[in-house]
Amino acid sequence: MTKTLRRLQLEDLHSQAGARFGAFAGWNMPVSYPAGVMKEHLHTREHVGIFDISHMKLIRISGSDAADLLDHACPIEARALRSEQSKYTLLLSERAGIIDDLIVTRLGDERFMVVANAGNAATDEAHLRDLALGLDVNIEPLDRVFLAIQGPEASAVLAGIGIETEDMFFMQGREIRDDWFMSRSGYTGEDGFEIGLPEHEARQLLGRLMADERIMWIGLAARDSLRLEAGLCLHGNDITPDIDPASAALMWAIPKDLRASGKFLGSGALRKIIAEGPNEKRVGLKPDGRQPVRGGTLVFDEDGEVIGRVTSGGFGPSAGFPVATGFVASDRAAIGTMLYADVRGTKVPVAVHSLPFTLHRYRKG
Amino acid sequence: MSKLYFTQDHEWIRVDGEIATVGITEYAQDQLGDMVFVGAPDIGSAMSAGDVAVVVESVKAASDVYSPIDGEIVEVNEQLSSAPDLLNRSPETDGWLWKMKIANTAQLEGLMDAVGYKSHIA
Repeated sequence: MTKTLRRLQLEDLHSQAGARFGAFAGWNMPVSYPAGVMKEHLHTREHVGIFDISHMKLIRISGSDAADLLDHACPIEARALRSEQSKYTLLLSERAGIIDDLIVTRLGDERFMVVANAGNAATDEAHLRDLALGLDVNIEPLDRVFLAIQGPEASAVLAGIGIETEDMFFMQGREIRDDWFMSRSGYTGEDGFEIGLPEHEARQLLGRLMADERIMWIGLAARDSLRLEAGLCLHGNDITPDIDPASAALMWAIPKDLRASGKFLGSGALRKIIAEGPNEKRVGLKPDGRQPVRGGTLVFDEDGEVIGRVTSGGFGPSAGFPVATGFVASDRAAIGTMLYADVRGTKVPVAVHSLPFTLHRYRKG
Repeated sequence: MSKLYFTQDHEWIRVDGEIATVGITEYAQDQLGDMVFVGAPDIGSAMSAGDVAVVVESVKAASDVYSPIDGEIVEVNEQLSSAPDLLNRSPETDGWLWKMKIANTAQLEGLMDAVGYKSHIA
């Protein structure tokens, strides 16, 4: 017997839209809709896609020690964030393993919003509560419907229903109404927004949004191909508690002075890894030909030595070729390096490729 | 007059004399989603029933297509290498996968006809 899957509050709307469901991170999720993953993917890059991402968890952290808690749990300077500024950061273990990747937004002086991944939300919350012992901090997991509205026409579609976004730039977020949290961010490489709000208000919002012909429901399959083209990590595949930020090529997420002197959990272990140089590095991989190279595939050098593995791979509908990311030995990580993947017994040449595969089109201030 | 058979794994087999043409059903293509790559078996290779003959890959996943019977591959559908979406558009006609020379006609007896297959996917 499989474990009972958690159900989205809006599951009925997805069924009505003709969704096919599948299990992901313990949730019964819409994987695709009748248009199919290819059209859904391309529609998001050309117009607007809407994703139900309520499996992800919004956690509000407040109190006079809220910033201290975040500074301890993550390589971040919570007090240096401007109000409404969002930051991609990592929840690190003592040995600098990535427990989860998060987006933290400063809502006010002593209030922050954390967006955690579905499969890790319970772990993250327990971990934060452990670190919060003795601190003046309130950790509140919120019961919200969470929607991502992504694509070049996202702001126009929102304006059409009276939500103005002109004064909001990429990686900014705020509580636009009571119990609503909106940020300009996403997981597709496109301009877009994520909105967390109570269920009954989400239903009203969707009633008006879905009347716009530029918007279309997008399932988890296209969410995956979009993020893969955009070079974004999927926790559990590309990054795990056994992977550190240096190997994962995520050092850009860690402010420079913190790398040298930060006191966050895992800072000592991370400094040691940086000093010695990571053994492997996360890179983009572009297979020759049209056959996708999937996660789990081993990567070899020309001598047949295993020097890496693919962690995510599929076909990039916008790229027009197969795309993958994975880890290879640090001395084989230079862009253009020719390697090989063993795809069902066939040796497929793969080139180390720059990330992202499709350019980000964020609206930056 | 050709005869049509189906397998539990959602393949169809059209038999004309000693040659069988094999493909996947409309139901299968719908389940798999948008195709991005269709492999091809080597012409002349000998297949036994249940052998993996080709891999078809959608955006989402890779799936094996099995040889439904014993036989020798005599032709593959060249169009699919440049137009894998043909498998979505016309899985039961132009999107055929391979032709094989039937080694043992008795194996066809164990397959389903169209009526049997229809109730199989119902």
